[in-house]
Amino acid sequence: MPFDPFVLARIQFAANISFHILFPTLSIGLCWILLYFRTRFTLSGDKDWEYAYFFWVKIFALTFALGVVSGITMSFQFGTNWPGFMERAGNIAGPLLGYEVLTAFFLEASFLGIMLFGKDRVSNRVHLLAATLVAVGTTFSAFWILSLNSWMQTPTGYTMNEGVMMVQDWWAIIFNPSFPYRFAHMLVASLLTSAFFVAGISAWRVRDRLDGPATRKVLRTGILMAAVLAPLQIFLGDLHGLNTLEHQPAKLAAIEGIWETHSGVGLTLFGFPDEEERTTHMKVEIPKAASVILTHSLNGEIQGLNEFEGEHPPVAIVFWSFRIMVGVGMLMLLVAWYAAWQWWQRREENPLLLTLLSLMTYSGWVAVLAGWYVTEIGRQPWIVYGVLTSQEVVAEHGSGMLLSTLIAYLLLYGFLLVSYLMTLRYLASKPARSLLTLQQKAQEAQTTLGSLHTPQEGL
Amino acid sequence: MADWLPLFFLGIMGLALLVYIILDGYDLGIGILLSRAEEDEKDQMIASIGPFWDANETWIVLGVGVLLIAFPAAYGLVLTELYLPATLMLMGLILRGVSFDFRAKAKTQYKQRWNRLFALGSLLAATSQGWMLGAYVVGLEHSAVGMAFSAGIAVTLPALYIMLGCGWLIMKADGSLYEKAIAGARWTVLPMGIGIFLLSIATPIVSEVIAAKWFTLPAAIGLLPIPISTSLAYAAIVWVLWQRRILDAGFGWLVFVCLIVICLMSALGLAYSIYPDIVINRMTIWDTASSPESLRFTFYGVALTVPMILVYTVFIYRIFSGKATKLSYE
Ligand code: HDD
Ligand code: HEM
Ligand code: HEM
Repeated sequence: MPFDPFVLARIQFAANISFHILFPTLSIGLCWILLYFRTRFTLSGDKDWEYAYFFWVKIFALTFALGVVSGITMSFQFGTNWPGFMERAGNIAGPLLGYEVLTAFFLEASFLGIMLFGKDRVSNRVHLLAATLVAVGTTFSAFWILSLNSWMQTPTGYTMNEGVMMVQDWWAIIFNPSFPYRFAHMLVASLLTSAFFVAGISAWRVRDRLDGPATRKVLRTGILMAAVLAPLQIFLGDLHGLNTLEHQPAKLAAIEGIWETHSGVGLTLFGFPDEEERTTHMKVEIPKAASVILTHSLNGEIQGLNEFEGEHPPVAIVFWSFRIMVGVGMLMLLVAWYAAWQWWQRREENPLLLTLLSLMTYSGWVAVLAGWYVTEIGRQPWIVYGVLTSQEVVAEHGSGMLLSTLIAYLLLYGFLLVSYLMTLRYLASKPARSLLTLQQKAQEAQTTLGSLHTPQEGL
Repeated sequence: MADWLPLFFLGIMGLALLVYIILDGYDLGIGILLSRAEEDEKDQMIASIGPFWDANETWIVLGVGVLLIAFPAAYGLVLTELYLPATLMLMGLILRGVSFDFRAKAKTQYKQRWNRLFALGSLLAATSQGWMLGAYVVGLEHSAVGMAFSAGIAVTLPALYIMLGCGWLIMKADGSLYEKAIAGARWTVLPMGIGIFLLSIATPIVSEVIAAKWFTLPAAIGLLPIPISTSLAYAAIVWVLWQRRILDAGFGWLVFVCLIVICLMSALGLAYSIYPDIVINRMTIWDTASSPESLRFTFYGVALTVPMILVYTVFIYRIFSGKATKLSYE
């Protein structure tokens, strides 16, 4: 039933949120990195850090704008696609979204103006303060929205009254059982994604000899951030998984591809889950490892999908998305540590490393999307876990209408994504200002030299 | 139940949407006008809205957010009924928001294309908002008269936005752009006036409920200040626009202020017409209000943050006051 309005409404929502999350992920991380550049400059007076700030603030502004406009779409989507959700869970979802608008959106959107354009109009102090407020604002955004999303995964602190959820305890709602894990994992995901983004683009610029010392400082910052955060993220991910086992056993069984409840469960590294035959084909597994990781005992018992027949999520997509995320996470760890090792040896201009890092520029995006698919698809068929199904809350639009707006959104997003990537490439390929002034100086002072080459050594 | 809570949120929602219309109105208006400006004028126009547009747009998020928080069933109903215009509006807002940034950063050869998308997005957003407003006033009914009414607002609201944009530029621009802003305002003021006038007449005709509220006696007298001050503000705009001396002496802000008066009066009139319904003829605010605990929890947040937001908004407008200079990140 590819034209079932319910399926279309879900695809549309998924397309919008997938597009949205790409940009906040980067802007949450980038604004802290920018703040770091700016603080380094203020403390040391080293112009390189100021230059790094000016270079990256342009990219940040573009990223932020894409995040804002796609976010505005999100705040209408609950109403246009899931009106029932607001009718049934509005007492809880509404205030959480409201606090996000009040404490986060206004803060970041207002002070962004000063951060981007106000340098000549305010003192350095106020400018730093504005940058700090923007960074805090984006982090608050993540706090509230993840609180809501986590509550939808592990609802607590409410009572039911004629099918409508009523608040019983705000504290229990905001700090619901999966929230600390999700919030920590998402924040670190943002920082890690941004670290690889910054390091990747800088590596590309160093390799193509487009910049001088500022770029190298940025590259080093990115590498060190990644080297610290990659293992931390894996650790947090593991805790997150244990939490999922406790609260959403069906999702965990799908993640691991476990069909029968048994003890001493092996860890499936690879395979093809098949829901018809209820088995995983071509399984490659490490004996007993899943029991060890999840229950800390060789013979721990884990519930299988067959316990939840008819009420578990689609297995293959959850299973594969999870492997993509973890795969990217492991790759990040390897590359980040290799890069840190090279840095330690003062060989961070090793061409292999530069190529590896520039290939990994967008790796964070892949992991983030895969992670969210695990989370969201793994929650199906529920929209509020165990309480409300998605089917109950969908809007009744004709499929023609939904299909045409869906196609329009996809075209628009495709166009914007391509434009974003091309513009980044263009911004990144502009020779650094330090080089430009050298060229221009040479041009002005010259002109006995016939041709001007980009200097081999950066400044 | 704490009876005043739904009223409080109704007021906040109205305030947020009114502020939105004024603030995002001027930058959408400037967006629409962009297609009629020269290259360096375009940069100046963008510079005059650069630090503000993002925060301006956040007011609609607040307005819709309060609808969602305080009246969730109405939020679901309104957005389901207005699915198509809402989607078009969102696409318009997306296009103008990103073009704003891309035009300054993409390769020079693409700059024209982003300028055009900026104008197109602004127009699309403004028109769809007008349509949504119209459909809302007629109670989301799909009758022919209702459609005609919506179409009327769909052209009048962009005219109002263009006026706001010109009013803003009269304050912020100099040189040839200043001249163009005055000329643009002189061109737009009449169509806008006619639009508002016709719509005011049409409103009681399309909606019996509203007619009943307007033309009963004590109320009709009580309402008189609304048309009177709207007309006075309108007359003042026309007068100022044709008095170069006053404009050049630095009183150009009068145009913008009088436009604010017009927006405020229209909003009051509309609020009076609709209250206590939240969707005319379909649901009242009392039917759909969220539970008191939810409202109270949000009330603390609003009471704490909205004054702060107002303060720092004023602070930021003051930092960027005066004629707009070229935008630079450095
Ligand atoms: C840079 C991004 C990134 C990286 C490298 C990882 N993750 Fe992740 N993961 C996310 C970004 C992410 C995410 C996008 O942020 C999610 C989606 C929802 C959430 O809170 O975090 C997520 C969800 C998520 C979940 C879903 C839990 C649920 O919804 O019930 C689990 C179990 C893990 N992660 C575990 C891991 C492990 C074991 C990793 C080890 C390599 C890992 N993640 C790397
Ligand atoms: C930000 C990254 C996110 C991504 C990439 C993402 C992805 C998805 C996807 C793919 C679906 C469709 C699931 C399916 O059809 O099987 C979905 C559904 C949904 N998600 Fe998320 N999601 C994200 C965050 C959020 C957040 C923060 C919230 C709430 C605050 C949220 C609320 C929902 C809702 C309401 C649905 C629709 C109902 C449903 O199909 O389950 N999502 N999301
Ligand atoms: C369904 C869920 C979501 C909704 C309804 C939503 C809504 C919005 C809205 C309305 C904006 C624009 C704010 C403005 O005007 O400045 C926005 C921006 C933003 N959102 Fe979301 N959002 C969702 C998911 C998320 C998630 C999952 C995160 C992060 C973890 C996030 C983080 C941000 C951030 C940091 C911004 C600032 C703009 C930017 O960074 O690019 N949002 N969102």
